[in-house]
Amino acid sequence: MSLEVDVAVPERDVEVAFTVETGETLALLGPNGAGKSTVLAAIAGLIARSGTVRLDDMTLADESTGTHLRPHERGIALLAQEARLFPHLTAGDNVAFGPRAHGQSRRDAHTTAVRWLEEVGMTAYADRRPHELSGGQQQRVAIARALATEPRVLLVDEPLSALDVESAPEIRDLLRRVLATRTTVLVTHEVLDAALLADRVAVIDAGRIVDLGDTARVLGRPRSDFGARFAGLNLVRGVAVGEALRMPDGRLLHGLAEVPLTDGSPAAAVVAPSAVSVHLDHPHGSPRNSLAATVVDLEPHAHLVRVRTDVLSADITAAAVAELGLARGNPVVLSVKATEVHLHPA
Amino acid sequence: MTRANFPRWLLVPAVLGALLVAVPIGAMALTVDWANFGALITSEASRAALWLSLRTAAASTVFCLLLGIPLALVLARTSGTAATLLRSLVLLPLVLPPVVGGIALLQAFGRRGILGHTLDVLGLEIAFSTTAVVIAQTFVAMPFLVLSLEGALRAAGTRYEDVAATLGAGPTTVFTRVTLPLALPGLVSGTILAFARCLGEFGATITFAGSLQGTTRTLPLEIYLQREGDPRAAVALSLVLVAVAVLVIGFTRARPGSLSAGTS
Repeated sequence: MSLEVDVAVPERDVEVAFTVETGETLALLGPNGAGKSTVLAAIAGLIARSGTVRLDDMTLADESTGTHLRPHERGIALLAQEARLFPHLTAGDNVAFGPRAHGQSRRDAHTTAVRWLEEVGMTAYADRRPHELSGGQQQRVAIARALATEPRVLLVDEPLSALDVESAPEIRDLLRRVLATRTTVLVTHEVLDAALLADRVAVIDAGRIVDLGDTARVLGRPRSDFGARFAGLNLVRGVAVGEALRMPDGRLLHGLAEVPLTDGSPAAAVVAPSAVSVHLDHPHGSPRNSLAATVVDLEPHAHLVRVRTDVLSADITAAAVAELGLARGNPVVLSVKATEVHLHPA
Repeated sequence: MTRANFPRWLLVPAVLGALLVAVPIGAMALTVDWANFGALITSEASRAALWLSLRTAAASTVFCLLLGIPLALVLARTSGTAATLLRSLVLLPLVLPPVVGGIALLQAFGRRGILGHTLDVLGLEIAFSTTAVVIAQTFVAMPFLVLSLEGALRAAGTRYEDVAATLGAGPTTVFTRVTLPLALPGLVSGTILAFARCLGEFGATITFAGSLQGTTRTLPLEIYLQREGDPRAAVALSLVLVAVAVLVIGFTRARPGSLSAGTS
């Protein structure tokens, strides 16, 4: 049992293919405006796009045979950025809408609605109109409304981006709970959403999937420059030489290979900026990697300063920046322990 | 009224414009024979005309709804040359002189019209009947409903309809439970405007339906006729229609934004 998607959105130059296993949550991680929402609309059947969408043994859309099931025949619910509650119905009637549409009697639909409102903690607000609810409350009702139809697949499109900072964490917790056992495709540009909600992550860059794998692997050992930027990690490409990476400029970056590497084969090294330290001269002693570099940029990053150089980025304290007297264009020496450099085949 | 920023001299034409409407209406109220007002508007001919007007306007409004709602939805949800042409066609009666509309209806449904023979065979004679009054009123009033509702449907967009579909609602359920309720303000103001237009219909009616007391002589036709025979009755009946018009405007204004919701 699985959802198989292979769709193209020519006007956005998007072409993606992926499979979501039953009960699994797959995150499509990519920048805003990359056509991710259009992919969801194609899966939901709201737009006709070239390609195929299959759910278990059922073909939902197939360009070659001209199959295109209409949205209400697919059993796929869509949870959008804004809650989009029907403004003319109460919260309770919004949740009961789906069950009613599926043929439940008024009373049964009401019972279903009550159960799902309880599930999302909105029982007290059943008789409120959407405009009387806060953004977070509306999103809770929208989640209940989508789940009340018992969808076979749930599509979630940036569910937290329209929320304020206070309500976003609560909704993320709620989603984490309800998505755990559901077949879900989650679209997001927030790495935190992917980290907390997804079993697997597909990184989309320029309309193509550039990395796809278990969430921990994609975010911890990214294979694409784009994925590394999302995860806030350094990714350096080069050629494997023993337990080191020969960078394009010829210098060696020593590290640990997680799987055996063949000498001379293309490889990549992943380094967390927090593992990189910055000096003015080559340090004495242990670190096996010490590389001369030039500061390209300095920018605030949480409570630290991210020092971008032409080799690696480093996160250091503001005090350290002041002490070193760093400025753009300064020559520096970066040092990083070999145990902090993760090598993998590229 | 709040003070707004505009050139002071604009007040002169603005006041003149308001007077152009206010003076004739006021003159009518001032010159009407109030002493015999009751008798004038309750004469048999007057009552017959008023009753016919109300009946035909109500029936025409129902037909406007039955035909206009689907038309508005089609126009709001389609684009392209065909849709533009269809929209122009549907709105044509809005800019057409009503008498021309009446002539057109005669050419189609009249005894010598292109459908006249067919209707004859079916035993239907439409021209100069109450049915003709209803057709004429529907012809001229439907664009008001279509215009108002189409604007409301466009403003509402398809976002909620999409959600309803992914929740398992078929097209008909979406239409009745989401599309129409969301466009209700536009639908209500459009219906009121269409009803008012039906009530005031004159040119197309007299051309296509004639002026038979109790059958096709609606209130505007009665007023026009009385103008010759009993001018006092014409003024009194006119004032009745003014009162109805004021009520209609009151209805639309009572719903905030309902008039503008249709066209914004």
